[in-house]
Parts: sequence; structure tokens; C-alpha cells
Amino acid sequence: MSKLIKVVTKDSALVPFVAILLGLLVGAIIMLIGGYDPILAYRSLLETVFGNRYDFGETLTAITPVLFTGLAVAFAFRTGLFNIGAEGQYIMGMTGATVIGVTVHLPWYLHAPLAVIVGALVGGLWGMIAGYLKAARGVNEVITTIMLNWIALHLANYIVRRFLLEPGKGRSYMVDDTASATIDWLSRFMDDARMHWGTAFALLGVIFFYYFLWRTKQGFELRVVGSNPDAANYAGISVNKGVVKAMFISGALAGLAGVFQVLGVFHNQVISAGHTGHGFDGIAVALLGGNNPLGVLLGAILFGVLSYGAAGMSFGADVPPEIIRIVIGSVIFFVAAPGIIRWLLKRISGKKRKEEAI
Amino acid sequence: MDAATIGHMLNTAFVFSTALILAALGGILSERSGVVNIGLEGLMTAGAFAAAVAAYKAQEAGYGGASPWIGVIAGAIFGVLFALIHAVATITFRADQVVSGIVINFIAGGSTLYLVKLMFEGAGETSLVNEVFHKVKIPLLSDIPILGDGLFNAYPTTYLALILVGVIYYVLYRTRFGLRLRSIGEHPSAADTVGIKVLRMRYTAVLLSGVLAGIGGATIAMTTTGSFSHNTISGQGFIALAAVIFGKWNPLGAMGAALFFGFAQSINNVLQLFDFSSHIPSEFIYMLPYVLTILVLVGAVGRSRAPGALGEPYYQGKR
Repeated sequence: MSKLIKVVTKDSALVPFVAILLGLLVGAIIMLIGGYDPILAYRSLLETVFGNRYDFGETLTAITPVLFTGLAVAFAFRTGLFNIGAEGQYIMGMTGATVIGVTVHLPWYLHAPLAVIVGALVGGLWGMIAGYLKAARGVNEVITTIMLNWIALHLANYIVRRFLLEPGKGRSYMVDDTASATIDWLSRFMDDARMHWGTAFALLGVIFFYYFLWRTKQGFELRVVGSNPDAANYAGISVNKGVVKAMFISGALAGLAGVFQVLGVFHNQVISAGHTGHGFDGIAVALLGGNNPLGVLLGAILFGVLSYGAAGMSFGADVPPEIIRIVIGSVIFFVAAPGIIRWLLKRISGKKRKEEAI
Repeated sequence: MDAATIGHMLNTAFVFSTALILAALGGILSERSGVVNIGLEGLMTAGAFAAAVAAYKAQEAGYGGASPWIGVIAGAIFGVLFALIHAVATITFRADQVVSGIVINFIAGGSTLYLVKLMFEGAGETSLVNEVFHKVKIPLLSDIPILGDGLFNAYPTTYLALILVGVIYYVLYRTRFGLRLRSIGEHPSAADTVGIKVLRMRYTAVLLSGVLAGIGGATIAMTTTGSFSHNTISGQGFIALAAVIFGKWNPLGAMGAALFFGFAQSINNVLQLFDFSSHIPSEFIYMLPYVLTILVLVGAVGRSRAPGALGEPYYQGKR
């Protein structure tokens, strides 16, 4: 056991795995207390996700937005910024794509790309507001991005209600088929799961993340700004420019999540009373993945599996799907406070030692 | 617009503001001690849930008019439970305070709905409580023209919130406890040197923020909705956070901000009655608190300065 503690405490790469296990354990305990069968529940979760082609395809579709927002949050983290605003940037990306998809009429080879670019730009600019306020006025980005999330929600609702509303429905007109990002042959192959190009773009995003930050000069500069702003300043790297640039890229990544939800999944935008949570999930994914592109990918897969499988859990084991929010919350909690894991392990091994002494 | 309408508008404003004031007071205590609390939303959710359930059970058990008060107490207790998670994570284990706050929002939202489904046979909402708070007229004062209708014919929780503003203002600025609380939020190691127990004080502050935000959430369930569902608390915690910042981390300021945000909401309601909403879209009124908060942070509308050590975990013995 003491070896285990050493491994866990020395090697921080193991923390996420222990955290995931503990999170699932917390979920299991809560299910037991509620009188449910946790093993049946987790089994039906997995059976839902991997049971048939349709559900597997839908799981991939569920992974896509959190992969984008996870990358977005992680990218900002690498520049020393805590982007809580992925949710708002996601909404603005969605709105940008919907506006272009509904109001502009172009052939498909122009329409879809334009919608994607505009959505990413709008998301990026929305992120840039927080970056600019930080650079120019020294305002903490955590607070501004929280506030911008809510402003985005209401602004998007206004735009949809005022300009795009299909009469009698709580949503915008459907996006033109020319702006659609679905992959029809793949959807047919996956028994009509909503497959779309966003998933491929999100994977490209993983590569972009790695290539840009570790293989380009600009990326290097951003990482320096993130790890030591004073050193960056001394080396002649503009911290302010870096902050604004990083928030733009981060916002654009989060915006793309929204773009493909519109163009690939829903084909319209609803007037929404609250947040979707994809942006907040992105924070969890980024933390889980250690702000590392591959880690974020794995984190997003876990997230997609858990959140899509939750529906199957309630179907198969009658467990309220909200249990997954508790599991996810606990996982982030343990990742954010690795001290707790160490403490727990020490307590367990401490007890063992006492028992041996007796 | 006649006096009665204005009085009515003021009255609705106080109803909206009550929960905001209470949660904002909680936010102030926590943040003044140096612990960021973006988990207010989750604490309010926990409070609203506990109040709806406890008041329903109390009503079933025949407690009658005492039921909503039992609800409020349950709300405070549940608020403390969730605040305890935040305190342990951030103070003892020095987790990132923002992340921990997000976790609180996550877990509070998930676990309360989970419990609702568990306790009410799969329903997404608690059963309606009939024994909720009723407005109390204060004799004589309620005869004052506009203000009488507006303020002196309110829910008991509104009076409670306003009294607590005074109490917490007094505690923060006129007592030894308050001075110490403010000092650990500005410069914990200096406070430590003079013998103030930084960690213990921070625990107290964060737990108190759970009490206040929990009561805040409870007041929504016990006055406006009478039940708890997924959208009973939708953003009020963040508006309260906005009120903390817009009010410059001062109880009176936060009360002013909360009243202002509440008033904006009620104007919105009244405008819809008069069909002015085509002129000022309601979405813009919803945005107002958040926009103003950014403006005040930027310095366009006054200047708001956070406590010096806000967000920094405290390591004993660190220089």
C-alpha cells in the first residue's frame, strides 16, 4: 500500500485515473443508499453506449462538443487563463452558425464553410472580450467570462426570438440543407445516428492544439506567457497580446462546438432558459485531461460515454440519470484536490498498519 | 402609471431581491475571508430543494404555518452541507477555489434532482407546498402611500434579509470578528502573525455563506414557487455574485445592487403587462446585472476592488 501511495503522489498522471475510480465509487455508494443496483446501472450504461450502432454513433456525437470545449478551456489554461466562458462562446458560435444557416442562401460548398467560419469567429470574438478586458484593464477573466456566459444566453435568445423565429415554435427556422454538416452515408451506416463532420474537426482540433502550442513560435510564446508572464515580458513577448490571442483561439474552439451542434445535430437553435452545460463540461474535461491534448481527448470520451450512457442507466436500472452529474462532479473534485486522494490512501494504509501491529 | 402600480412594482422588486440579498451576503462573507465563492448558485439550489422537501413533510405532519420556517431552517442546513465540501476542498486541501465552486454547482444540481426523483417516485418536481409564506402588513407603516405597498407589505423573509444586511454590516465593520475576517482576506500571513486563526476563520466564513445562500434559495421555494424543480434556481446565484461585485464587497452596496437587479426584473414584468416589451426587449433587462458588473469591473461605473488575498489558498508558515 505504501508503494501505491508513493506511485500516486509522485506521479501526477495517475491522479485522474484514481479520481475517475473514486468518482464511480461515490456514484455507486449513492446508488446503494438510494436502493439501486450500481453494478446493473454501470453495466446498462456500457451496454447502451456499445450495444448497437445507433447508440455508439450518438455517443460519438455526444463526445464532439465536449471535446471542442475541453480543448478550448485547456488552450486558455496553457496561457495561464481560466476560461469559464466556454459556455457563452459555445452559445455565440451556435448563434453565428444559425444566423448564416438561416438567412444566407448559397451553394453548399460556400454555405457550410461560411457558417462554420462565422460561428468560430463569433465565438472567438466573444472570448476575446474577456481577453481584452484582462489585457487592457486588468480585469480577472473568471468573473468576466461568467458574466459573459449569461449575457450570451440572453443575447442569443434575443437574436433567435427577434430575427430567426419560426412562428409558433420556440426555435429558429431550420438551417438550409446547404449549410448542413451531416455525413449522410455514415448516418445511414450507423442506423440514423446523427453523424457529422464536427467530430472529424474536433479530432483535427486535438492535432492543432498540439502542433500550435509545441511546434510554432506563437504557441511557444503563449506557453511562456502562461507559465511565467514576467519571463515572457523580459524576453520581449507581449503578455497582453498573448492573452487576447489565446482567448480568441479558445473562444473559437468553443464556438466550433456550438457551430456543429447546429449544423450537424439540431439544424436549428432553440430559445433556451438555461445553459446546456457543454461549456462547463469542457472545464471538467480540461482538468481531467491535465490540459494536454491527448488527455483532453480521453477526458471527452469518458464524458461523452458517461453522459450519453446515463439515459440507458435510467432505462436499464431505473436510476435517475442525474447520478452521472454527481459522478462527474466528484471526479473533478478529486482531480482538483489531489490532496484528498493522498490523504485517503494514507488513512487506509495507516489503518492497515495498526491492524498488523495488533 | 399610478401610485398603486409603482407600489406593486416595488413590492415585486423586493420579492425578487430577497433571495439575491441573502445569497450576496453569503458571498461577501466568503470572499471577504479570501475564498472565492462561485458556488452560490449550487448553495441556493441545495437550500431551495431542502426547503421544498422539509416544508412539504412538515405540512404533511401537520405543522401548518410553521412549515415554511422549517423549510428555511432545512435550507440553511443543506446550504452548510454543500459549503462544507467547498471549505474542506479549498481551505484544507487547497484546491482551486473556482474549480471547487464549479463542482459545488455540478453536484448540487445533480444530487438535488436525484433526490427529488428518489423521494417523489420519479417526478421531476417536488409536490406543491400549500403552507408557504404570506405577506405581512406592518401596521401604520403600510399606510404610507407608495412605500407602504412596496416595502411594508412584504414576506417575512424580506424583512429577515433586510435585517441581516444591517447585522452583517455591523459585524463586518464594527466588531472584532469582522475586522479579523476582513484582515484574513486582505493579508492572511499578517493576520496569522498577530494570532488570528486564519483557517478556522475561513471555515466559519464559508460555512456562514452556506447558511445565507441556503436561506436565500429557500426563500424562493417558500414564496415564489412553492416547490422545487430543475429551474427553480436558474442563474440567481450568479446574479447574487454579480451583486457582490457590483456592490463592491460591501453588504449595503450588495443590497443596493440586489434591489436594483430586482427592480429591473419587476419593471420587466410590469412592462410586459403594459406591452412595452416591444420597445425594451426583456432579454436586455435580463442581461443588465451581468453587463453592469463587467462595467463596474472595468471602471466605467465606479471602481470595484476585490479583497487582496481573494482566491489564494493559505499555507501556514509560508512567507
